[in-house]
Amino acid sequence: MTTSHPSPVEGSRSKAASAKLEDAPAGGDCVVKVGGDWQLNAAMPSWNSLVAQHAPGNVRVVPDSLGKWDSSLLLFLVHGRKWCLQSKHALNAEALPENLQTLLRQIAEADTSQQKTKPAAKTLAERVQAWTINLGKKVREKVRENVSFLGDCTLGFVRIMRRPHKFRWLDVFVEMQQCWVSSLPIVALVSFLVGVILAFQAAIQLQQYGAAVFVADLVGLSVVREMGPMMAAMIMAGGIGAAFAAQLGNMKVGSEIDALETLGVSTVDFLVLPRLLATTVMMPIMALYANVLGILGGMFVSATMLSIPATAYWVETQNRVGLLDVGSGLIKSFVFGLGIGLAGCLRGMNCEPSATGVGKATTSAVVTGILLIVITDAVFALIFNVLGI
Amino acid sequence: MDPNPTAPAIEVKHLACGYDESVVLQDVSFTVKPRELLFIIGGSGCGKSTLLRCLIGLLQPIRGDVAYFGQSFTGADSAQRREILKTFGVLYQNNALWSSMTLAENVSLPLEIHTSLSRADREEIVTLKLTEVGLAGSEDLYPSELSGGMKKRAALARALALDPAIVFFDEPSEGLDPITSREMDRLILQVRDVLGTTMVIVSHQLSSIFRLADRVLMFDRTAKGIIAEGKPDELAAHSEDSRVRDFLKRDDGPAPQPNPAEGGSKTHSS
Repeated sequence: MTTSHPSPVEGSRSKAASAKLEDAPAGGDCVVKVGGDWQLNAAMPSWNSLVAQHAPGNVRVVPDSLGKWDSSLLLFLVHGRKWCLQSKHALNAEALPENLQTLLRQIAEADTSQQKTKPAAKTLAERVQAWTINLGKKVREKVRENVSFLGDCTLGFVRIMRRPHKFRWLDVFVEMQQCWVSSLPIVALVSFLVGVILAFQAAIQLQQYGAAVFVADLVGLSVVREMGPMMAAMIMAGGIGAAFAAQLGNMKVGSEIDALETLGVSTVDFLVLPRLLATTVMMPIMALYANVLGILGGMFVSATMLSIPATAYWVETQNRVGLLDVGSGLIKSFVFGLGIGLAGCLRGMNCEPSATGVGKATTSAVVTGILLIVITDAVFALIFNVLGI
Repeated sequence: MDPNPTAPAIEVKHLACGYDESVVLQDVSFTVKPRELLFIIGGSGCGKSTLLRCLIGLLQPIRGDVAYFGQSFTGADSAQRREILKTFGVLYQNNALWSSMTLAENVSLPLEIHTSLSRADREEIVTLKLTEVGLAGSEDLYPSELSGGMKKRAALARALALDPAIVFFDEPSEGLDPITSREMDRLILQVRDVLGTTMVIVSHQLSSIFRLADRVLMFDRTAKGIIAEGKPDELAAHSEDSRVRDFLKRDDGPAPQPNPAEGGSKTHSS
């Protein structure tokens, strides 16, 4: 073929594509003459406009000064073929270049095989039924994945307890370092500002009764029991949980996890447990750090805006905030850390092996992490209420 | 610059390219005729992929020029460059299919960007392209649902979406079993014969080289350029350079069929 597929840079020399319909002589086929240069990025004749006023019949397509052509001519002929098939007539393209005929034959063959394998159209009820069954399967599969992952992690912890010398403790420290270093500044800033906001809100109310010094009580209790652990956990879920999911997801995309499995290495022991231990250990430390910064935030507002000396604020905080308050916050944060690590690793390990899959896993890790934090907090609130702590 | 229809499909003049301070190729010149099936071969690190990146505009050459149908690509302004980019399609080594899109969307995207076709016409062309590569009926599948061979076919369909005059292939048989690799070769030949596309293939797969190549260019790491060009069987039989003979006569391919009656090969001094 010498006429097909011009370079776009040759476009300036082309003649416009044309198609002319000649009426059929008595008893014969009507003739469509195609000519000029047919290019995708240029105007081209439409089959439907060409035959708009014409009764269906057999059609013979012949070249008439046909120049360069590309898929646009093929598209024109496909429309012609469909038009003919609808009225049970034939489209004869034997006068066209051989390679164009080859392409038309390929399309005809593909149509035939697709029609043979095409399933019958489903009714609305059948579609709803299929959708429901599919949803049920997906839910069951997700539950199985999650339970299986939790079981694997539990067995992994048992293995660590039984053979601690076999575990890669260095990996835990590396992950702890990552948790600590990446989250430290943002946890400090957010916790300090939470302390500031709480102090401002409390001051507005308490100053009316001349009880501004009790700002320290309110800030201290709120921060150590709720806000400190909670804010630190939220930040860790957004940063560390997402990072875990992205790391493990990318390893899955690159078949690194498959390589570990084929080596007989337990992926849970090698990849998941170090991360779980790191978040579980680091979370209470981060919460403690957030508590200190939150109290300092309250102290800053009291000292600068409420004229309460820092020492008085500190003494008031010491009097009101007991070890039990601090401990209740730290116990919660321990569970928050476990939840964040589990969410990140679970989503990463079950990630679809594609770029989109990694994105979804990362988002899902953050959402799941935050959900777990809130649920855990609610459960602990209930337990502490019952225990009177 | 006016396009020249009689010019070679690709003309590379005194091209030097590399990364930072390291020059991988220096003073490389060659031309590719329309409808030619050219193989770029050579050992690892010889600059095959670097040359390909230069040819398709992903790497700016240090010196020299690449021209398509007589129009300079290296010196083109952004509007000319956009036009020239439509001249060629690329099939990447790892296929580079967009994983978040179905096959239909993968093939349709170039049409959406570069043409003003209606959605219905784009869908028809997508079906045509997938049919051409033997993937009719796979429009709604995602790349992750395909086998290695199907991914290659899908990537070829995307490369052919705009009916390019030239298609570049980076290791089209990489990771395929011999049977699928042969099917891919057959498809490449079919596309060339039916659509008249110029093909430039970077590969070191001997079976494909002997089966498909009209001509090969062999690159070498120490020479930093072309050390031989010609028909593969003639180079294997008659090249004066032992590196060329060793490469083309190694054990992992079929025995070459030398034909001393034919000329056309020459060996570059390195």
